[in-house]
Amino acid sequence: MDEALLRSLTPSVIGILVRRGADFAAAEDAVQDALVEAVRAWPADEPRDPKGWLVTVAWRKFLDATRSDTARRRREDLVDEEPPPGPATAVDDTLQLYFLCAHPSLTPSAAVALTLRAVGGLTTRQIARAYLVPEATMAQRISRAKRTVSGVRLDRSGDVATVLRVLYLVFNEGYSGDIDLAAEAIRLTRQLAAAIDHPEVAGLLALMLLHHARRASRTTPDGGLVPLAEQDRSRWDTAAIAEGIGILQEALARDRLGEFQAQAAVAALHADAPTAAETDWVQIVEWYDELVRLTDSPVVRLNRAVAVGEADGPRAGLTALKEVDETVPRHAAVAAYLHERDGDLTTAARLYAEAAHQASNRAERDHLTRQAARLNTARP
Amino acid sequence: MAKYLLLKHYRGAPESVNHVPMEKWTQEEITAHIQYMNDFAARLEETGEYVDSQALAPGGTFVRYDGEGRPPVTDGPFAETKDLIAGWMVIDVDSYERALALAGELSAAPGAGGRPIHEWLELRPFLGESPTVTE
Repeated sequence: MDEALLRSLTPSVIGILVRRGADFAAAEDAVQDALVEAVRAWPADEPRDPKGWLVTVAWRKFLDATRSDTARRRREDLVDEEPPPGPATAVDDTLQLYFLCAHPSLTPSAAVALTLRAVGGLTTRQIARAYLVPEATMAQRISRAKRTVSGVRLDRSGDVATVLRVLYLVFNEGYSGDIDLAAEAIRLTRQLAAAIDHPEVAGLLALMLLHHARRASRTTPDGGLVPLAEQDRSRWDTAAIAEGIGILQEALARDRLGEFQAQAAVAALHADAPTAAETDWVQIVEWYDELVRLTDSPVVRLNRAVAVGEADGPRAGLTALKEVDETVPRHAAVAAYLHERDGDLTTAARLYAEAAHQASNRAERDHLTRQAARLNTARP
Repeated sequence: MAKYLLLKHYRGAPESVNHVPMEKWTQEEITAHIQYMNDFAARLEETGEYVDSQALAPGGTFVRYDGEGRPPVTDGPFAETKDLIAGWMVIDVDSYERALALAGELSAAPGAGGRPIHEWLELRPFLGESPTVTE
């Protein structure tokens, strides 16, 4: 049984139930129940029309739940006027669910959890494991999120930017537990790109593909970080890179630049370089200038300082770094790197140690500690 | 989405405002305190922010390796050790501000006289498991 196919049908089946009159929360529950039944029944007897099967079973689950909910009269009304899977509304069902699950009234963690369940078709247990929280906690987070959006009508388009932020958060979570969230984020962004024609959706998809293409080379077998310059480029996924670059070029050609397209352009320039030494840092600085203009984010300015350091030398990088607020995460790590390139190993070692103390994850802390130790033990 | 540890100390934290020790409270005050803690945890479960909570016995032992083929050496507890952890709660929240607010709420648990203890709690962020995509 193709579980990816099964899960890709989730949002449209929810959409059909909602159009037949189910409220979103009940429809979502019913479709989850139907998915569980599909996993059980399909291996022995896979239906010819998987979507039709899911709609039928989910609708029956919904009616059962409504019946047991004492809302008898409501059920009878619904059965009486049960419409056929009707004509599509102006906005595609799947797309509407993306907007609903990323609704601005939801907190980021609630939006992420609801998106993974209602759009991604993951179970509560899978989501809980991926985020390392108890299943009961995740179940509560999801049911609260559903209550929060219960009054939102599924009939008009929302803000694509909020959806992209949610997908980006999922992608950034990477891999923990038995669900590969980065791959899941790519699948959901791909599905979104098929439902809506928007250059920033394409930009985010390209960015994810280009980053994901380098994943195998980014860590050592024991989980240590491998910096970009030291990665084994023969392990990069060239098919994913080619796809990402193709999607990006098509998006850029439309001349509606946005943050994700510009970030993807930086990733594409890295992916395109046969060796670290051949990286086109001058162009990368130009893209960071665009990003500063688009976002004015201190994190972007920090990354720009690294690029300037590569393009124009460490002194220029340190000058660019002076414009960046010192409280920005990874400021000390960047300063350490630029000082090392500039030959000031004592300052670099001190700053690497400082950066290790400020790191927000284990892999980064260990990597920075190693950098400090490397300099401290190399000196006479 | 980040996990934080709320650490409660038997010893080692600055003194709380309402610092009458629990063994001197009335039965009702103890009941009210426990109820407050349970309600707090239940509320966090309901908001989808609860991960774990545990309490530790005050007595502990220090243990260390003592060489190949030898049993581990034990010692302590050391009265002079400044820090003594009483227990913890782990929360998973959207922001540092939210973590601060929850710690403040937990610190307001009632003690002697039914007044808030104003206990000092230590708030510590977890190190994440995996790095973000930034390289």
